[in-house]
Amino acid sequence: MVSTQIDRDRVGRGRSWIFSDRCIYHQTQIIAFDELCTDFKNPIDQSNPTRARERILNIERICNLLRKLVVPEYSIHGLFCLMFMCAGEWVTLGLNIPLLFYHLWRFFHRPADGSEVMYDPVSVMNADILNYCQKESWCKLGFYLLSFFYYLYSMVYALTMFCSPQIFGWRDEHRRTL
Amino acid sequence: MSAPGCTSIDTSLGYSLNSTPNGGVAPPYQNGPEGQTYPSTYPSTGYCGAGPQQQGYPTIPGHCAPAPQKAHITNNDHSAYYHQNSHQQLLQPTAAPTVAPSAYGATQGSHPPSQPYGTTTTLPTSAALPNPQHAPSFQQPASYAQPGAYYGQQQYPTSQAQHHPQQPNLVLAPPSGPGAPLYPIVSYPSVPGSSQYGTLRSSQAPTGPAAVPNLMGAPLHQYPPGNYTSHPASTAAVPLGYRMAPPGQPATVNGQVQASVLQHYDQSHQAPMTHDHCGLGVTHNTGGADGDIPPLGIPSTSVNSSPGHQQGMHYGYVANSGASSSNAAANVAPSSSSSDDDDEEAGGDSSSTTTGSASPVPNSYDSLEGGSYPEFSNPPSADMPKQAPPFGYGYPSMQPAYQQRPVSRTDSSPSHSGYNQTGYQHLPQPFPNMSQLSAALGGLSGVPELEVEALRPVNLLQERNLLPHRPLDAPEPNLSADLKKANCSPDTFRCTLNNIPQTQALLNKARLPLGLLLHPFRDLAQLPVITSNTIVRCRSCRTYINPFVSFLDQKRWKCNLCYRVNDVPDEFMYNPVTRSYGEPQKRPEVQNSTVEFIASSDYMLRPPQPAVYLFLLDVSHNAVEGGYLNVFCHTLLENLDKMPGDTRTRVGFITFNSTIHFYNLHESLSQPQMLVVSDIDDIFIPTHDSLLVNLKESRALVRVLLTSLHSMFSQTRETHNALGPALQAAYKLMSPTGGRVSVFQTQLPTLGAGLLQSREDPNQRSSAKGVKHLGPATDFYKKLALDCSGQQIGVDLFLLSSQYSDLASLACVSKYSAGSIFYYPSLHHVHNPAQLDKFQKDLERYLTRKIGFEAVMRIRCTKGLSIHTFHGNFFVRSTDLLSLANVNPDSGFAMQMSIEESLADTSLACFQAALLYTSSKGKRRIRVHTLCLPVVSQLSDVYAGADVQAITCLLANMAIDRSISSSLADARDALVNAVVDSLSAYKNTVSNIQQSGLIAPAALCLFPLYVLALLKQKALRIGTSTKLDERVFAMCEFKSQPLQQIMRMVHPDLYRLDTMSDQGALHLNDCIVPQPHLLHLTAEKLTREGAFLMDCGSVFYLWIGKCCNDMFIREVLGCPNHASIPPNMTQIPELETPLSERLRALLAWLQDSRTFSSTLHVVKDDASAKTSFFQHLVEDRSESALSYYEFLLHIQQQMSK
Repeated sequence: MVSTQIDRDRVGRGRSWIFSDRCIYHQTQIIAFDELCTDFKNPIDQSNPTRARERILNIERICNLLRKLVVPEYSIHGLFCLMFMCAGEWVTLGLNIPLLFYHLWRFFHRPADGSEVMYDPVSVMNADILNYCQKESWCKLGFYLLSFFYYLYSMVYALTMFCSPQIFGWRDEHRRTL
Repeated sequence: MSAPGCTSIDTSLGYSLNSTPNGGVAPPYQNGPEGQTYPSTYPSTGYCGAGPQQQGYPTIPGHCAPAPQKAHITNNDHSAYYHQNSHQQLLQPTAAPTVAPSAYGATQGSHPPSQPYGTTTTLPTSAALPNPQHAPSFQQPASYAQPGAYYGQQQYPTSQAQHHPQQPNLVLAPPSGPGAPLYPIVSYPSVPGSSQYGTLRSSQAPTGPAAVPNLMGAPLHQYPPGNYTSHPASTAAVPLGYRMAPPGQPATVNGQVQASVLQHYDQSHQAPMTHDHCGLGVTHNTGGADGDIPPLGIPSTSVNSSPGHQQGMHYGYVANSGASSSNAAANVAPSSSSSDDDDEEAGGDSSSTTTGSASPVPNSYDSLEGGSYPEFSNPPSADMPKQAPPFGYGYPSMQPAYQQRPVSRTDSSPSHSGYNQTGYQHLPQPFPNMSQLSAALGGLSGVPELEVEALRPVNLLQERNLLPHRPLDAPEPNLSADLKKANCSPDTFRCTLNNIPQTQALLNKARLPLGLLLHPFRDLAQLPVITSNTIVRCRSCRTYINPFVSFLDQKRWKCNLCYRVNDVPDEFMYNPVTRSYGEPQKRPEVQNSTVEFIASSDYMLRPPQPAVYLFLLDVSHNAVEGGYLNVFCHTLLENLDKMPGDTRTRVGFITFNSTIHFYNLHESLSQPQMLVVSDIDDIFIPTHDSLLVNLKESRALVRVLLTSLHSMFSQTRETHNALGPALQAAYKLMSPTGGRVSVFQTQLPTLGAGLLQSREDPNQRSSAKGVKHLGPATDFYKKLALDCSGQQIGVDLFLLSSQYSDLASLACVSKYSAGSIFYYPSLHHVHNPAQLDKFQKDLERYLTRKIGFEAVMRIRCTKGLSIHTFHGNFFVRSTDLLSLANVNPDSGFAMQMSIEESLADTSLACFQAALLYTSSKGKRRIRVHTLCLPVVSQLSDVYAGADVQAITCLLANMAIDRSISSSLADARDALVNAVVDSLSAYKNTVSNIQQSGLIAPAALCLFPLYVLALLKQKALRIGTSTKLDERVFAMCEFKSQPLQQIMRMVHPDLYRLDTMSDQGALHLNDCIVPQPHLLHLTAEKLTREGAFLMDCGSVFYLWIGKCCNDMFIREVLGCPNHASIPPNMTQIPELETPLSERLRALLAWLQDSRTFSSTLHVVKDDASAKTSFFQHLVEDRSESALSYYEFLLHIQQQMSK
């Protein structure tokens, strides 16, 4: 009993940190997408050829940034799913399984071209892809935020549950001694 | 509505006048040669009204004489027509001109060899080079600003030299012709029927409009009563044909037109018509004949125009823009004030734009640009068909004047439209709800019958002959006559649904794709070019002012995309065409849906780049042995002077095998100096001077190099190929300026960066498991393309390989840098001379066609609509902005749209494509196309407006994306589902007929056939052995070709030749072009006694049956009998027999409608080559694919599930 509680405690605490990080990831993602799609609202006329260069570099930079985040995010999430499984946290695992499968699907259905994982600079600016990516990011942000609070709650709950038996135990012990 | 409608009509009249004249005029240009013959007639016809006016105009150099006529047309209320929602698109030309130089300098930096692409370091030396070049250009902007010059219309004479002669004649006519524009106006209102026929497409009209204003006042009113004279221009085409033809063959002119109708027409109009017709007919004919004539030298032609012509031009411009086009040069003289700007460009030709005077200079844009030979020829043909329908329909009873109008419309439209269009289409054309829209629009003349026709349920299982007799025409949107006339040509801008559904829900119910097909830079016969200090745009969404905005009063206009009310700048109040003040509605921008602006310095941060061409030649053993190098050198030598450009044009050459060779062509050298870089892992540029040299200064050296190149490498034993490093070198060399890189590659790259391995397994070619390796193997080429795109370098790829070369990977370099891809499998000078011949012709077109540099294209839609996916070759820079390093006249684009907000509060949806580019003359130009379509709320109307060709093309693009991202099988399923879904949706919602068959609306009755044909294309077929490269190339073509070309590939046209008669033939110039009926693509239609022609776009097949009449074989092929026909015949001998002449006329006429020349294969019934012929018979069953009937049954089965 105690050991699982400690497990949960650790995991929960770890997760909450990780997930706050994850939230930050996704905020950066959203900011990045925002940057991508707001470019055309820039009052400077984009038609100028000299802007083409910086614009393309910009898109490439953002795509590279996003791409760098993809694998870490997926692997961290996978790792935690694994830990939940080891810890027997079936409810938490159940919550995360759909996302895990989504990640797997996304990873294996990426455009089949060499090194690129996702966020292809040549197509990312198509409105449907961009919208999809943005929606995905918002949804994940929401999910991770909720998870964050859920884990926080679990952690606190686990802590109290972990501590109370000790207290009781101590009292029992105390009583016995008494 | 009514009130506005009326007013609008007036305005429209004005438009129409202009437009029609233009339309009419355009053909004449093309037909130049014919024109000559006709001229004599004109005088006799003597258009009263026109004559005097013309005279007046000519004298008026520029601004001086305001046309009195204007007064007539006071149309204040355009606004009533439309309400459009706006999009937010901000293009603000904030960049100050001054900034430009600095920016430029920064970018110019040359890269030290060692550096990676991305980094730019400015080397003093390198910097120096670019600067000088740019400096001049930079200065130019100032000139733009000239207050004096408002704008000038320029018409592009597609056919150059030949046309000119005619033009003069035409000019005369046009003045009288102005009346033509009139027709539309006058006639339409009164005649309901006319609208239908109407050349709604009249995008061409735009050019006209400018001219119109002048004309409008006087000519319109005068002519309408019965003066054909005015009409002539427009009508002319038909009449000519008519005249030419024996009286008994009225139909001949149009070919398509029904004889009875024609006759009718003739009777009423005969005398007047003749003149007009002459003009038109000539143009048409010539167009067909001349199509080939793409001489760049056009400028000279323009010059030719006599002074008298010039006058005509001015006048004509006003009245007849068409006439003006030829005369562009002439215009220049009068327009002295403005000419400065254009000097660089066109020399004399371009001048049109500058003069403050409104003289609508015919653009000799093409000539100026030097590149294009437009497809003008096509337009004429197109015209013909269109005209026919009007006749057929209802006009007969009408007065001559009315009739003419329709004609005029047709004329205008034809110029734009490919010849594909047939009279047939007209019938089915959807004119759905007349009630609401038409009423709202005012002045609609809808013919309910047509609407009904488009929706007529067709039982596909029972009706076997669905094909029209003539190639299919684009359906016309159900708009008021005015709007139709002002609308963009369907050849340029087309929507899959001509009636836009009000909501996404409605669209979903219809199960049809919504999207646009765009051919933005196509060669146009005429194009109004406007030079103005301020380009009027909406302040919030930056939409360019267009014919579909509404003027609230003299001072304000309401944007049709975002509804914002904007002020009309003072400058805009002055109309250079009419030289009048206070009529902003008459400005050419507001009269034409296709216009071109000369951009001011606001639109550039750096001076416009010069034309820079770099040729990257594979000289490995494989390449030299194939013999392409020789052909390339010869072709380039011949066309060196025809390449578009000005005095700043620069060229350079790089050859590569396992090393990279640069050529120092500095003018001070006596011999080209070859610099070899063998370090392909770390490529650098050996010297920064003189690798790209000014063509003018170093022409002699370039010639020397080209003549010696082949012999230099004829002994090479090097078989390796370092394409990747060569491309990197090209990128480094070009990045300071941007430009075009033409890559000639003959094998798989085997060395250095970007090397590729063979991925094709021939044994898997026909496997049903799905085709692999449709995507790139490496992202090297894609990344390079992005770098190139950023530096405004377009890469065009010529793949001349006989073996697998992994086009899927190589094509990326062109796809994302807006280049074009050419593929010549098994090109060899000995083994495959036909292919080499085709390569040479294509190369010639490629070298001489028009080109635009550092371009961007933005597409705006009415608020509520949004574009979500683009197809074509480009880089998507923003959700509505495409970055095109190079833009060429042969590439098309497709986009998919969704409806994000309900369009219930608007009756019209508009789309505007603006292409900003630098011409080869160093001018910054903006070409704007605007398309306007009605919004409907009924599902039946959505079906009635379906454009089956556009839908097919869009679906093809989507399917190709799907096959790359997912799998081929998926894509094929999706195509079949598209048919099943749309037909079952139609069955369940619209048709209330309880029939057991497979019911489709008439507008969609060809849909299953086209989809079946798509499934049997190289790109999408399975089960048949298809080489991977060929499949990938077919996919690339689908993505980047314009609609007409795609449709010819998908569903070739089949004609029977041995029985063709002169019934309905076109009479062009002095030859008769027979118009045989289209046949279904099935072996059932072939007979052993017959001879058949199949037009597959890039290839013609002439199939000779085994028992074919010996006389036919003798007269056409010059062989005594079937057995003696040589097996690989690729040409038809020029025999003096009538049959041979007819056939050659037909082939030439078909050829005119396309820009690249097609090859001809004579296929004997027993020849092994006949498989390539029979694979195009898409309605037949093949080893792995269903026949048409089986396919229908399959669909029916799917629907019943």
